[in-house]
Amino acid sequence: MFLEQLINGITLGSIYAIVALGYTLVFGVLDIINMAHGEIFMFGAFVGLLIVSKAGAPLPVAFLGAIVVTAAMGFLLERFALRPLRGRAGASHLASLISTIGVSILLENLAHKLFGAGNHLFETPFAEISFTVGPVTVYLVQVVILLISLLLMAGLALWLSRTRAGKALRATAENLETAGLLGVDTNRMITATVVIASAMGGVAGVLVGMAFNYINNQIGLSMGLKGLAIIIFGGMGSVYGAMAGGLILGLSETFVVAYGSSGYRDAIAFVAIILILLIRPQGLFGQAPAEARR
Amino acid sequence: MKRNVRLFAVVACILFAFVFMGAEKVKMAAKPKGEPIKAKIGVISIITGAGASYGEAITNGFKLALGEVNAKGDVNIDLKIEDSTGKAEQALSAAQKLINSEQVAAILGPTLSTEMKVVAPEANASGVPIMGTSTTAQGITQIGKFVFRNSMPETQAIPASIGKAVEKYNLKKVALLYGNDDVFTKSGFDTMKEVTEKLKLKILTIEEFQKGQADYKAQLTKIASLKPDAVFCSALYNEGGVILAQARKMGLKVPFVGGNGFNSPKVIEIAKGAAEGLIVATPWFADKNDPKVKAFVAKYEKAYGKKPDQFAAQAYDAFHIMANALKAAGTADRAKLRDALAATKDYQGVLGMFSFDAERDVVMTPNVLIVKGGKFTLFN
Repeated sequence: MFLEQLINGITLGSIYAIVALGYTLVFGVLDIINMAHGEIFMFGAFVGLLIVSKAGAPLPVAFLGAIVVTAAMGFLLERFALRPLRGRAGASHLASLISTIGVSILLENLAHKLFGAGNHLFETPFAEISFTVGPVTVYLVQVVILLISLLLMAGLALWLSRTRAGKALRATAENLETAGLLGVDTNRMITATVVIASAMGGVAGVLVGMAFNYINNQIGLSMGLKGLAIIIFGGMGSVYGAMAGGLILGLSETFVVAYGSSGYRDAIAFVAIILILLIRPQGLFGQAPAEARR
Repeated sequence: MKRNVRLFAVVACILFAFVFMGAEKVKMAAKPKGEPIKAKIGVISIITGAGASYGEAITNGFKLALGEVNAKGDVNIDLKIEDSTGKAEQALSAAQKLINSEQVAAILGPTLSTEMKVVAPEANASGVPIMGTSTTAQGITQIGKFVFRNSMPETQAIPASIGKAVEKYNLKKVALLYGNDDVFTKSGFDTMKEVTEKLKLKILTIEEFQKGQADYKAQLTKIASLKPDAVFCSALYNEGGVILAQARKMGLKVPFVGGNGFNSPKVIEIAKGAAEGLIVATPWFADKNDPKVKAFVAKYEKAYGKKPDQFAAQAYDAFHIMANALKAAGTADRAKLRDALAATKDYQGVLGMFSFDAERDVVMTPNVLIVKGGKFTLFN
């Protein structure tokens, strides 16, 4: 049972990590929490479901479709909910947080209207492929989820630290005005960030559908809350922190059920997070805020 | 001060109720014989708001029965429908209106057990018979001698399904799984546990989950590793369908016995093939091979364009039980109607053979169903 539960935990943790990566990317650049990320993720899942189950198209098409739709949503979110508030005199730091909450409520209800309430079965032949390693049955989906989450993490880390665009993005994060003066098209950088984060949400949505067999219009909320907890736990804006935090939360939730009491699943997982934050308030991989930024 | 005002209001209501009751009696006594017995029956249901789909099914059931009863000519019932919006305080003011200004002989409803717990004491104190058609919580009819219901509580349905599964599959050791953050699934679980212990089955593990949880694999892996003969699961259909799908996928193929929450075609819609082998007990089975059931389903479908669900069927039977009691009482007098209602025995309705017990609660044998070939069939 240990190995099976380990696989369950890693799968759940990888999904948490992908969701958290989307949050962390936007937070790292814009210093705001995008509350609509969970709902964009949910839309990605529904687009994937429609393509796979209703249209009968192969899985890569579902990923592509989900990415296109969620990227477009990310673009619209930035254009209409974030940009109008940026740099406006008198606009509170929290204004963009509130506007993304508004978008999340809008999207959740839109999904309710479009797809209906309740659970939808996510059926794809790919999710049925499995192989046995010793006594354990492993589904190919579980391996794919882990690989995709690792790839995304590595890709993001490389992109941010090694490429020119990544450098521009970090400059934008450091100081919007200075980056602009130095010739960085900050608006474009920010749009790119939100679009990429949203597209990652879309990928995560399709993966969740395959891993758990079903989706509904509420998963954005529950997954989103976990994602938020993870980026605080892992360190705000840290790519590795999102990955490590996701895996730790997924594994601890699974093992609390396996060897403890399932009724305390969330309680124990979150008490652990609180304890770690008491010892390391900046999170696992977070840097203590530099005085200069204050 | 506030309490005094409320106390005064209650006392005043009761006093008024007595006064009007007297008035009703005088009116009835003057009625000539041979004519249909005229009576006003009040209905409290959820017409608007989140639970409106239940209210719709229930009032449809009432209206269908109303047409039949009035056409027969023994009694002539005037239905007064009030909206509770699913809120206890709204249900109470609707009840007060029906009791005091509409002067109804009896009340059918309200829809929810939480509403009933507020409305029933009021009706009981005013001496108005009240019958719930969808209230399944414990302790409803114990509120007072004017309180009835024809909706089978889970404490009766679950022993039937578990009993039959144990008998058929010779179950020895079982695992229990339930949602711990919902009153309904929790009380279903309490009954399951009680029945399991009474039948001396070995409980291998008790696992819990929360509403809206996405992943049940941790719990299911644990259950599967203990190799139970069956899983008893108390969940709402949304979670239940997903649990079944994930359990079957990981190779947990043992029979599932579900609580009342599983009792919906939606489970099959969500879980598809994985729902095979799910066992539930229900008072209402629309595909039953019974001429009365078939006639009701056909008539309902013709009138409302969809199949009647459990709520419509229970409302339909409740109305007929009320009409029969009215006929037996021979008058719309509230106290006499109560006595006639309490004497209801072996009424053959669409739900099956129905009687009230000494506490005015349900005596009925539920249908035990199993999912086979993608739909609910009788489990024999």
